[in-house]
Amino acid sequence: MSKRTVQFKMYRYDPDRDEKPYMQDITVELEASDKKLLDALVRLKAKDDSLSFRRSCREGVCGSDAMNINGKNGLACLTDIDSLPQPVVLRPLPGLPVIRDLIVDMTQFFKQYHSIKPYLINDNPPPERERLQSPEEREELNGLYECILCACCSTSCPSFWWNPDKFVGPAGLLAAYRFIADTRDQATNERLDNLEDPYRLFRCHSIMNCVDVCPKSLNPTRAIGKIKDMMVSRAV
Amino acid sequence: MNVAKRTFDAVIVGAGGAGLRAALQLSESGLKTAVLTKVFPTRSHTVAAQGGVAASLGNSTEDNWHWHMYDTVKGSDWLGDQDAIEFMCRKANEVVVELEHYGMPFDRTDNGKIYQRPFGGHSQNYGQSPVSRSCAAADRTGHAMLHALYQRNVRANTQFFVEWMALDLIRDADGNVLGVTAMELETGEVSIFHAKATIFATGGAGRIFHSSTNAFINTGDGLGMAARAGVPLEDMEFWQFHPTGVFGAGVLITEGVRGEGGILRNGSGERFMERYAPNLKDLASRDVVSRAMTTEINEGRGCGPDKDHVLLDITHLSPETIMKRLPGIREIAIQFAGVDPIKAPIPVVPTAHYQMGGIPTNYKGQVVAPKDGNPNAPVSGFYAAGECACASVHGANRLGTNSLLDLLVFGKSAGETVVEDYKRGALELKPLPADAADASLARLARLEGQTGGESVHEVGLEMRRTMQKHAGVFRFDNLLKEGVTRILEVAERAKRTEIKDKSKVWNTARMEALELDNLIEVAKATIVSAEARKESRGAHVRDDAPDTAEFPNGRNDNEWLKHTLWYRDGNRLEYKPVTMKPLSQEVEPIALAKRTY
Repeated sequence: MSKRTVQFKMYRYDPDRDEKPYMQDITVELEASDKKLLDALVRLKAKDDSLSFRRSCREGVCGSDAMNINGKNGLACLTDIDSLPQPVVLRPLPGLPVIRDLIVDMTQFFKQYHSIKPYLINDNPPPERERLQSPEEREELNGLYECILCACCSTSCPSFWWNPDKFVGPAGLLAAYRFIADTRDQATNERLDNLEDPYRLFRCHSIMNCVDVCPKSLNPTRAIGKIKDMMVSRAV
Repeated sequence: MNVAKRTFDAVIVGAGGAGLRAALQLSESGLKTAVLTKVFPTRSHTVAAQGGVAASLGNSTEDNWHWHMYDTVKGSDWLGDQDAIEFMCRKANEVVVELEHYGMPFDRTDNGKIYQRPFGGHSQNYGQSPVSRSCAAADRTGHAMLHALYQRNVRANTQFFVEWMALDLIRDADGNVLGVTAMELETGEVSIFHAKATIFATGGAGRIFHSSTNAFINTGDGLGMAARAGVPLEDMEFWQFHPTGVFGAGVLITEGVRGEGGILRNGSGERFMERYAPNLKDLASRDVVSRAMTTEINEGRGCGPDKDHVLLDITHLSPETIMKRLPGIREIAIQFAGVDPIKAPIPVVPTAHYQMGGIPTNYKGQVVAPKDGNPNAPVSGFYAAGECACASVHGANRLGTNSLLDLLVFGKSAGETVVEDYKRGALELKPLPADAADASLARLARLEGQTGGESVHEVGLEMRRTMQKHAGVFRFDNLLKEGVTRILEVAERAKRTEIKDKSKVWNTARMEALELDNLIEVAKATIVSAEARKESRGAHVRDDAPDTAEFPNGRNDNEWLKHTLWYRDGNRLEYKPVTMKPLSQEVEPIALAKRTY
């Protein structure tokens, strides 16, 4: 059987060496065991150790290897290499400063995540044992807590591109609703106040790019809609 | 090279479960703490844990810490230290409930308590019947836990140094630990982190094997640093092969699948575990199940055209149960095995998963090493917790869900010990020796100047293949001997690795070369310790130590009921006694017995 090859057009930039970024044409020969885009990247790196990308768990739970794959954000470890039209065009996540090759500076993304106070707020003295929560109440957290902070969503959102310092973005807002929806959390009003702003929440125009790209099949737009509903109902 | 110095009360290396739990203890106590991590905290490998964390809450079935302790000692094949095991099992409810208070989204029982499921080797009434002891958030327990711990650290204002790789442990002439050197990945710059206390929580090194459930980052950095600094590594011959890695891909399928009713089947569809473990069957301890699977495959009863795997079957479970309790597993099976487990069984093989050994510690999280006749003398200023440490609670074989418990209990305990020592004034900032950064700078300079050297990729591949072949599920005397020779050869090659990429900025080639330096120490420790241990115990089973009347299961307590200590200098082994005496008077020592399930 002839060997499978994959052609790439790869975004390359090393600020230590390159004046400006460029697109590099590279072809890689795959082994039979190579199934995912990440396998192909690891194989490429064995030939050219300067190719730089983040990766860790290789099973879609750590969120390290998010990148722009043929124009759409996704995780390299969950993308079937054979499903991709060639040449496979790889770029870093859009809208964030590029550090090198496929590695972006995620400071702004995490700053927004931290801005929603991503932790349970409950000032009652904790009981001896667990706080009780019914299975139905716990069910409300499904589709919210599974976020892996890969930034595929926020970096595919035009509102985040234009206002990364002011708009919380889909990942941060999903996290905000994860705590609002938690019956153990007591800070709903404070959380809503924190988002009552022309930019932080309301820059979401429900174009649903975030839903389209989420590798965990989560729905930030729905969570954002629920926060907006709560804003409205507490106003009336 | 210019080396900046930063000073802290404590420096923690690693921000997985153990590091984050320790960090909380320090931050909330007001110590000036730096947490170094080579990946953003929520990308640490704790995130991939699936099935649950053990605690005898007794929310669904009657349970108590005595039973948990018994199961853990038995699971360890009596190599675990009973003081540390008692400590861990008694602390379990406290640390799990704390996590719930932090906001961890555990699944719930109908009456609102934390949901618990059965898991391998965990039993009621000293081995009688399975018990629901594993506290779970669907099959994403590690993810839920790691995020909850990170979130709590955000609340506590913990100071993180994200994407910094620790390079070497700093010790003075008296052996006191004074901190670490570390490299910022974005700039390539090296700094000294000078501290009164140093806590290692660097995780495992499963990447010494070719087929592993472990993440790329699991390169034993803490073990390499400790070994280079003269600290011995304990019980490194004991590696857990998880029964259910996805065939071909190695990705983990939680034991919780069998906890929810999943069954292992061989090529003829037989539930073969009934023959090997009549009582607990598919929920026997991991080493037992992995060996049974390997035996089925070796004796021609495997599945597929090459009869090289077995099947994990949950097609008899309702789709609702699978979607509710095992949604992540379904995704993994579809992604990496190409099957929907609602409709078809998942092809699985035993896969390297967890290192039972590590940096020797006591139950307080203090690193210990032999000194002046005391086999467990604390190393001043040095603490460790989680998979990189060996307390030892897992002994020769870890029970599922005891790893997440280990990192919570000992992460907290190491943190508490540091806080106590700090408060009573026992911690001081000892002066840095003038050569504090020299070892790290020499390693970097060697790498920078190397020409005509070895490829990091090729040397790493050779190491992983050698370990896979020579130190696998079953071990053979001749393969172990040959393996020692071959790994020492690979280690020589690893001294001459060369990288083409010389950039200062986010140089992953440099990082991988430095990681290989750490992996190779772990590989040497593993194969040398394994070759020397001439008995079968837990996960270490040799052909020349079979099951006999004199030595049940091949275990030889007269000669080998002892911990291995491997020293890097001279590739030397020492041994120290196993602590058979529990911590308190409230429980009798669990007496030696043959292990059956």
